[in-house]
Amino acid sequence: MDLQAKIIEQFEQVARDQEKELTQLAPDTVLLDSGLDSLCFAIIVAKLEDELGVDPFTAAEDVFFPVTVADFVKFYEDAAAA
Amino acid sequence: MKMPPRLDLKAALAGTDGALVARDVRVPMAALANGNPLSVAPASLKDAHVLIRTTSQLNAALALVALDGVAARLVIAPPDLKDEHLADVIHRAGIDTLVADGAVVTGLRSVTVSPDLKAADAAGQARVTEWVMFTSGTSGAPKMVAHSLAGLAGAIMKPGAISPGAGEKIVWGTFYDIRRYGGLQILLRALIGGASLVLSEPDETATEFLMRLGQAGVSHLTGTPSHWRRALMSPAIGRIAPRYVRLSGEIAGQAVLDALKLQFPAAAIGHAYASTEAGVGFEVTDGLEGFPADFVGRLDAQKMGAVEMKVEGGTLHLRSPRTAMGYVGGAEALKDDGWVDSGDMVELRGTRYHFAGRRGGIINVGGLKINPEEVEAVINRHPGVALSRVSSRKNPITGALVVADVVLADAANDNATFKESLLALCRAQLPAFKVPALVRFVERLELTAGGKLARHG
Repeated sequence: MDLQAKIIEQFEQVARDQEKELTQLAPDTVLLDSGLDSLCFAIIVAKLEDELGVDPFTAAEDVFFPVTVADFVKFYEDAAAA
Repeated sequence: MKMPPRLDLKAALAGTDGALVARDVRVPMAALANGNPLSVAPASLKDAHVLIRTTSQLNAALALVALDGVAARLVIAPPDLKDEHLADVIHRAGIDTLVADGAVVTGLRSVTVSPDLKAADAAGQARVTEWVMFTSGTSGAPKMVAHSLAGLAGAIMKPGAISPGAGEKIVWGTFYDIRRYGGLQILLRALIGGASLVLSEPDETATEFLMRLGQAGVSHLTGTPSHWRRALMSPAIGRIAPRYVRLSGEIAGQAVLDALKLQFPAAAIGHAYASTEAGVGFEVTDGLEGFPADFVGRLDAQKMGAVEMKVEGGTLHLRSPRTAMGYVGGAEALKDDGWVDSGDMVELRGTRYHFAGRRGGIINVGGLKINPEEVEAVINRHPGVALSRVSSRKNPITGALVVADVVLADAANDNATFKESLLALCRAQLPAFKVPALVRFVERLELTAGGKLARHG
């Protein structure tokens, strides 16, 4: 399974666990409009860290917060490539 | 317990051009100085013990202004005060009047508040009113802390506190709710300084609020590091250009400080440390996490009217002229010598102190505090659980998350179905931020020699 699919799967899983209604995700979907709240993103980042062994929010040299789904995926791709 | 001198809030509002700005209504402060937002004449609430419980932040602010100097005690209910705690709060604080914009409590005198101002009658002799805030209670019934308005406003009045440059218009905004300590500070700054304040609505998204802040020309904006991280994830972050950015309520890490510097290169960015009991602590403005070691033990602190600090037993202790007057309706008393143990552990690294979590394992998720024992008690109610330990896991979005290690009564239950039934129990009995984000099944949990669950920092 590629990275993007793993990330999307976590979005869907956490939305189910937190009883949030996830919008149809597209690369340009704004994260804050996806139906998930800060707590959901916090959980997604923790679960992805356990699954992938990386937390790009903490590891990144650049200070940058992702706005869209594509930003978020790229964040992890860059971290995986580093 | 000595009462500081009275501060006249309404007099401060007269003749100013600021306003309280909600989504659909804007209340000029000058109108508030002699208008009445209540359904009765404020004078009829003279010496009353009032609980202010509103759905809208604006209405809470209006009631506070109307009743300061009139009521004996104003208890400010936070937005998430549960109905089940209401009877206890009313009893402990000796409440005789409820001011609300929604549901009322039967058997209690109820007054409604709205932005529809009526003419106020001539003010009688003003008295000192006690302002009572809730601490972000970690378990059980919420704790109430009494302040005087002058005490709450101490940091604002003191020389050297953030003041505008000549001719610069200030528009305050806050991601906090004004019914919590961090937000009330901003409300008072706006009121006393006659500056505008933009208030969020309960059903407003972060992006909608940022757009409104941008339209209002927000110049001074405050929130927790978690609030700011959420704002930085919004496409509307570019709509605002505050000159003054402030973080408080949680430990500000270097990443969020750097991200804000990049987003607002011209802004003065400060992170503040405060506890509800100790009043305002101190502010760090050099853009680095932690605080300079020489803040501790400053001999001239008291003379300057600033907060005194010491580190004892690894935690930060504070003493200030603005320390709260005491708890309301509880046996617990503040120490006589005025020192308050914050419970925040600090570590000296070089010439700087860094925060190292809470003593007692209190978990801070986006500014909301959680006692691990409370969560463990719920988990342990599940018949399949032998033992559990709840702890904090560092997180770049909310600062921390609640995680649980669980020892199963029957090892055969190590599966997703069991985990789901455990989480369902937690969700039914705890608010979302207290529910463990991650559950791990472990074979055993270490106990101390005394037979208590071993907790590591």
